[in-house]
Amino acid sequence: MESGWILPDLSNEATRGFWDGCAEGELRIQTCSACGAMRMPPRPMCPQCRSVSYEWTRMSGEGRIWSFVVAHPPLLPAYAELAPYPVATIELVEDPMIRIVGGLVGGPDLVPSAVDPSTIEIGDPVHVVFAQVEDVTIPRWTSAKWA
Amino acid sequence: MSRTIQDQAAIVGIGQTELSSKGGLEEDELTLACLAISNAIDDAGLSPADVDGLALFDMEAKREVEVARNLGLGEITFFAEVGYGGGAACGTVGHAAMAVASGQCDVAVAWRARKRAAKSTRVWSQAPKRLDDSDQWTRPAGLLRPVDEIAMLTRRYMHEYGVTREQLANVALTLRRHANRNPSAAMYEKTLDLEQYLSARWISEPLCLFDNCLESDGALAVVITSAERARDLPRKPVYIHAYAQGLPQQHQIMSNYFCEDPLRGPSHVAARRLWANSELAPKDVSCAQIYDAFSPLIPLSLEGYGFCERGEGVAFTEDGGIEWNRGRLPVNTSGGSLSEAYVHGFNHVIEGVRQMRGESPCQVEDASSCLVTSGECVPTSALLLRN
Repeated sequence: MESGWILPDLSNEATRGFWDGCAEGELRIQTCSACGAMRMPPRPMCPQCRSVSYEWTRMSGEGRIWSFVVAHPPLLPAYAELAPYPVATIELVEDPMIRIVGGLVGGPDLVPSAVDPSTIEIGDPVHVVFAQVEDVTIPRWTSAKWA
Repeated sequence: MSRTIQDQAAIVGIGQTELSSKGGLEEDELTLACLAISNAIDDAGLSPADVDGLALFDMEAKREVEVARNLGLGEITFFAEVGYGGGAACGTVGHAAMAVASGQCDVAVAWRARKRAAKSTRVWSQAPKRLDDSDQWTRPAGLLRPVDEIAMLTRRYMHEYGVTREQLANVALTLRRHANRNPSAAMYEKTLDLEQYLSARWISEPLCLFDNCLESDGALAVVITSAERARDLPRKPVYIHAYAQGLPQQHQIMSNYFCEDPLRGPSHVAARRLWANSELAPKDVSCAQIYDAFSPLIPLSLEGYGFCERGEGVAFTEDGGIEWNRGRLPVNTSGGSLSEAYVHGFNHVIEGVRQMRGESPCQVEDASSCLVTSGECVPTSALLLRN
């Protein structure tokens, strides 16, 4: 249990499907019910066909690092405790245009400190893991090389 | 009949308060705004009662009514607000110019007043704990601050184009040298060399302390009127030759990672309209004041506004490429946000006017045009000034 983090409002109808999926251990991407196009971040209307009907499609949870940063203080106290920590933008294997931002973690406890920043490379394969932060489950990403 | 506002309006007055990046200023934002506007009206040789148009940031602490009541402005027939913080400065001037050019008002003022010198005023440190906007896709993951968001794009840029930190350092080092010639710049007396840059503390890798702008208290303002009326006023008119805004398709503010080409930012969109409505091309521009909350925004903007090809923006800064008295295009000739002050890029507008008047601390000889841009990575705006 961590606290003091900035977290999503889970009551938003268009976005909660993503966060509900995380809580159930699945990476779900919003998908247009009319034309089948996936979109991220979630929103009410499909920019391809303007349908407002959508569903949530389970992804494999496999991706590649598109880019990453290593954040150093000054940071909010809850974040500063973990600093310096790496955060990456991940492109999903199902569709590299679908990208998700998440912390990189490793070791048995899946913590940022187990990831040596000098070993992170753009293009690295990673897979999703889920972390409970207060009442929200958020996606993070790990790789065998940080085990 | 032309549909553009080309050279129909001119900046005829500029004014500002002290810009303080250390210690801050006593006055509140409203007082600072009124002092800057008052100075600009005096500079223009006009009186408050002449002002009938207002254009401002939607983030202003106090807005039209308070400003008009304090300054004793005339009856206002045009007022407009522009959003997106760092993207808005040129937008306010452009809105004012459009209003003058289309007869909605005769004398407009545009301004920005901001107090951010105190550490307790950092916006990122005051974020609400539960997010219903696009920040929910980055903040929980640990991208907490604007610098983290831009660092993500910068790493990708450096990867795609094989750019090194030694090359990126040119931006901060060049702007510092410009500030070292500007007595009112925060970094006037502080030099910066490559060794200091490379050994500076990280903020968000790959960006270090010197890739980040200052945080400042202060206010700046301009007065805009018709080209015809400008000719009868004391100051040399600085014409708004072209103006544009830019919001790309599928754009996300700051964390623009969710579209097909994240490194093609808002400047590309603004540039298309700006040059289409101009008689000038990038090669004709004497100097540029480019929004620089973070140093990589300058190479990204150089690419967006067509001074070089995609991926060549950092190379453009090498060998003094953006340096006064040396480069192909002197950029941020008063030190910019990195070394003069950070006031949401409004000091870039003022420096653009100084260049056109021949009053810059790094005056470009025979300068005849100046590009001024607002923030890359947010819905943006740009001005092309000429004298």
